[in-house]
Amino acid sequence: MSDPVSALKGARHAGLVEVRETGLGGMITLRGDLDSDAIKSAVKSVTGADVPALRKIALGDAGAAAWMSPDELLLLVDYAEADAVVAKLDEALVGTHYMATNVSDARACFSVSGEAAREVMGKLAPVDFSAAKFGAGDFRRSRLAQVAAAFWMDDAGAFHIVCFRSVGQYMFDLLKVASHPQSAVGVY
Amino acid sequence: MSTRLAKQGRLIDRSKQVEFTFNGTTLKGYEGDTLASALLANDQMLVGRSFKYHRPRGIVASGAEEPNALVGLGSNRRYEPNQRATTTELFAGLEAKSQNHWPSLEFDVGEINSKLFARFLPAGFYYKMFIHPKPFWKHVYEPFIRKSAGLGAAPDKELVDADTYEHFYFFTDVLVIGGGVAGLQAAKTAAATGAKVLVLEEKSFWGGRAPVDGGEIEGLAAEDWIAKTLEELGAMDNVTLRDRCMGAGVYDHGYVLGYERLTDHAPEAGGPRHRLWRIRATQVVTATGAIERPLSFAGNDVPGVMLAASMRDYIVNWGVMPGQKVVIATNNDDAYRTALAVHAAGGEVVRVVDARENGGGKLADEVRALGIRVENGRAIAKVKDGKRVTKVALCAQNGEGGAREEIEADAVAMSGGWSPVVHLWSHCGGKLNWDAANAHFAPDPDRAPTSHDGKPFVVTAGSASGPLGLGAVMADAAAAGAKAAEAAGRPAQAVAEIATNDVAEAQMEAVWFMPAKADIQLRMKSWLDYQNDVKVSDVQLAAREGYESVEHTKRYTTLGMATDQGKLSNINGLAVLADSLNSEIPQVGTTTFRPPYHPISMGAIGGEARGEVFQPLRRTPMHDWHEANGADFEPVGHWRRPYAFVRGGESVHDAVNREVRNTRENLGLLDASTLGKLVVKGPDAGKFLDMMYTNMMSNLKIGKCRYGLMCSENGFLMDDGVVARIDEDTWLCHTTTGGAERIHGHMEEWLQTEWYDWKVYVTNVTEQLAQVAVVGPNARKVLEKLNAQAGGGMDVSKEALPFMEWRDGEIGGFKARAYRISFSGELSYEIAVSASEGQAFWNALYEAGKEFGVMPYGTEALHILRAEKGFIMIGDETDGTVIPQDLNLQWALSKKKEDFLGKRAHTRSHMADPDRWKLVGLETVDGSVLPDGAYAVGNGVNANGQKNTIGRVTSTYYSANLGRGIAMGLVKHGPKRMGEIIEFPGTDGTIYKAKIVDPVFYDKEGEKQNV
Repeated sequence: MSDPVSALKGARHAGLVEVRETGLGGMITLRGDLDSDAIKSAVKSVTGADVPALRKIALGDAGAAAWMSPDELLLLVDYAEADAVVAKLDEALVGTHYMATNVSDARACFSVSGEAAREVMGKLAPVDFSAAKFGAGDFRRSRLAQVAAAFWMDDAGAFHIVCFRSVGQYMFDLLKVASHPQSAVGVY
Repeated sequence: MSTRLAKQGRLIDRSKQVEFTFNGTTLKGYEGDTLASALLANDQMLVGRSFKYHRPRGIVASGAEEPNALVGLGSNRRYEPNQRATTTELFAGLEAKSQNHWPSLEFDVGEINSKLFARFLPAGFYYKMFIHPKPFWKHVYEPFIRKSAGLGAAPDKELVDADTYEHFYFFTDVLVIGGGVAGLQAAKTAAATGAKVLVLEEKSFWGGRAPVDGGEIEGLAAEDWIAKTLEELGAMDNVTLRDRCMGAGVYDHGYVLGYERLTDHAPEAGGPRHRLWRIRATQVVTATGAIERPLSFAGNDVPGVMLAASMRDYIVNWGVMPGQKVVIATNNDDAYRTALAVHAAGGEVVRVVDARENGGGKLADEVRALGIRVENGRAIAKVKDGKRVTKVALCAQNGEGGAREEIEADAVAMSGGWSPVVHLWSHCGGKLNWDAANAHFAPDPDRAPTSHDGKPFVVTAGSASGPLGLGAVMADAAAAGAKAAEAAGRPAQAVAEIATNDVAEAQMEAVWFMPAKADIQLRMKSWLDYQNDVKVSDVQLAAREGYESVEHTKRYTTLGMATDQGKLSNINGLAVLADSLNSEIPQVGTTTFRPPYHPISMGAIGGEARGEVFQPLRRTPMHDWHEANGADFEPVGHWRRPYAFVRGGESVHDAVNREVRNTRENLGLLDASTLGKLVVKGPDAGKFLDMMYTNMMSNLKIGKCRYGLMCSENGFLMDDGVVARIDEDTWLCHTTTGGAERIHGHMEEWLQTEWYDWKVYVTNVTEQLAQVAVVGPNARKVLEKLNAQAGGGMDVSKEALPFMEWRDGEIGGFKARAYRISFSGELSYEIAVSASEGQAFWNALYEAGKEFGVMPYGTEALHILRAEKGFIMIGDETDGTVIPQDLNLQWALSKKKEDFLGKRAHTRSHMADPDRWKLVGLETVDGSVLPDGAYAVGNGVNANGQKNTIGRVTSTYYSANLGRGIAMGLVKHGPKRMGEIIEFPGTDGTIYKAKIVDPVFYDKEGEKQNV
């Protein structure tokens, strides 16, 4: 057994915003009937969070649950706990039609923070990042430039981005380019 | 003589002089100048040569509609051709070069075209020439045309653009395009409702042409009203104002592109040069103003002839007087404002010729009162040819151009009336009405572009709607702002009347030829489309030759097809065509308006995608190791996979041969992480996979693997891979590297659209796992050694983990899933560990493998190893037209299953045809390597006189293990022709002879993989 390493080993960049690879996080793809009591209580039991509403992320004391599609959630837990959480879900959901898969290592995670965070995100994702339309707890499964990405905003106004591990370098470079110090848009 | 005035010039800062060069000569201008105003200030009347005839051309307009003043801007990595001088802001060090001339702008050889060849280049020239014999075209016309025609030179292909670009997504309730007084008023009205408003203005200054034209709004001079309104809008949180940002195109559902030019006026400023705004607007207000039309008289393209309103723009905005002795020709009252402006600036208006028999109204009286000679019912017969205006011949409008009076002048201001800028309205389907009184097409508000809900999403404001007087413009703009806000869901509001002070004007009269019955000599010199050199006579010729549709005439004559898209020529051309066809203008109609309104840079379209972020590269967890160990990468989808690991002093070919031999003799490691891995789970998963694959997957035992084929519903092979049964309702499907996302999507599509009631979920876990193929006679030894080092682990013996089975467990202390599968024919384990441990696992294998002769191998060795075994490769043996039967894979087509995707298609007559080419092995007679893709020829010729083909090479390699070339190919009746020698003519002139053999070249019994 070795120490698991993330795609970019915690790379950082400071420009219009601070970009940081945040390392490995526990992530579980949970597919199932999101309206069912079984899923609701299973999600609650492993993350402490409710099943989130459309395009939202719900926080709990042991993790978070994010809305990915009408039948898919992304559960965020401790990296080291991911396999154990999958086992717990398997136990809780036995007999129902569902699928719980550990995808923690398939991902690269970044944070984008600072005053210009909304603008930098607005250069790459076709999403309305105005304060009126995107705030803490909002979540999108969308794209940043040419790759798939999911992202949400935390209470401090920082964005958290999840993308596929193989394009982690592209994502970092992209955020670097978009946060060029002389590229402020000045609308948010 | 065009000069800078001592005073005037509201946009220039006389305290800031800047130097620039035009064709290498240093000239001076001021900050706030456009390149056009600065050229005129330096008496540079001649700015370019025309496209076909190389006629001398000068500046005609002051804005985006300019057809002539196209220059090459900048140099080296910042050179850009075909830039409009009128929309280029002057900056210190600007370098401009005129285009389309040889050897120099002043003396151009091509100009003889206009004298000698004009009659050979009429409308439809290209079409007519195409029907001539080919050699004539190739050797006579094409070289001639290529040399003489064309715009600016393309940038050097070796030079990389020095600048960067970006996109920006923005969402708004109301988008106002155009920051003239109408746009500002519409924005103000809409913003008052609380709507979120974005206003785009293409120029660097706000207010449009109102300050030049005069008049008062709400008791303030136009300029003061603009300043006050800008201040009010700027203070509102719900309003965003962007100048230097053009509304380029309006698309479906309120999607609009804005083109922001950030550093064109300051190239050394840093940051992106252009930003493409990708806007979603609930409602769009187009306050795009109107464009003045030229008059069609002979010599209307001589430098010094310009649009009347543009001439006063140069005087008022930039303090430039384009001529000292000015003749003004008009069919409306607005041009009299130019007479007043010229006079006020100290120029001489030598004559105003008004084509209307009854002349103008109050403004004309004002002009007369200044002692200026105004003649009604008169026209320009001809402006004398040359590099600038010297003489103007006048005549009666209602004649053929006889009884001319010739007067001296150095500039001509012309006005043929105004056309609303309807481009943005029309981009997404807005319709137009012909307004006969003003002789222009205006938007029909009842036939607006509609959005997803079938409701209008574009409103026009100000003169873009049709009205030209200030009072009507402001009223229309306020109403448009209110309408847009309401349509965007804000409360309706009553629109207060806006007090304005403007002069009543006499009715304009349509004038399509000057004089009305101009003879052919004059019509051949009356330009409609300056940039494409289309004359009145060309459109008339097209009509005579039967071109009745405006779209056909456009293409036949090239009218309106230049980079200005006919902003000046459109209506005049239509009118001439209508006249020639004896038809009415609305019956002839307009050509289609397409985005962008004005050319935008390719860089802006590409956005940030250049350099390191041009395209996402996918990297496996072991990518850095590969890079550090000599990997020669090849693209596979967006992945970069090592083609071979090249050692010092080795060629790539040497490396491949070494890897192939070593894997068969010792131990090879392959990074197989890119292979697609889809987990399929649910009570109906077995049933689902039986439909997806041609063979049975539902009866696969837990712990076992099976190779499967996937066909499209048309029966063609689309993917293959090994499927493993994980538990009662879970399977793991391997796909090809390029197939992972595609097959995932394929499965989801069937699950979501056809079998939505089947209980199956699919998750793509390709990137969760790093996968390493451990291959060769020593494969088991290295795994056992790792386990021994870790003090235990998975039993990888033949008995515990037989061929085509898989086990979960630990290998060398790593949590792993091991598959006994082989794509090489050797003893082989494919081992999956978590991606985050992939590099560590690879390192462990590599270290432990040293004593067993370990070497990493790349994709080329992988290909050769599988070809030696006769295994097919999706994309080599298949190309979208190949079915499993072609590859002798009938054994993988289940006969037990009622159905699977492709089953029915396989019964079609062409699919079941015994003449289909089938897979065989090919061995060259002399051991050489067959060229890839080569075709085998048979007897006889086809209908085209080409030799009949009977097969083709699908894979071909040099096999280091066999010491000869090996190949696979599809051959007609191939399997029945074993031992026959067929011929493959190569593109190198050699005829390659190859014997048809069994495709399995190595270890036919498969003993090596099953040990």
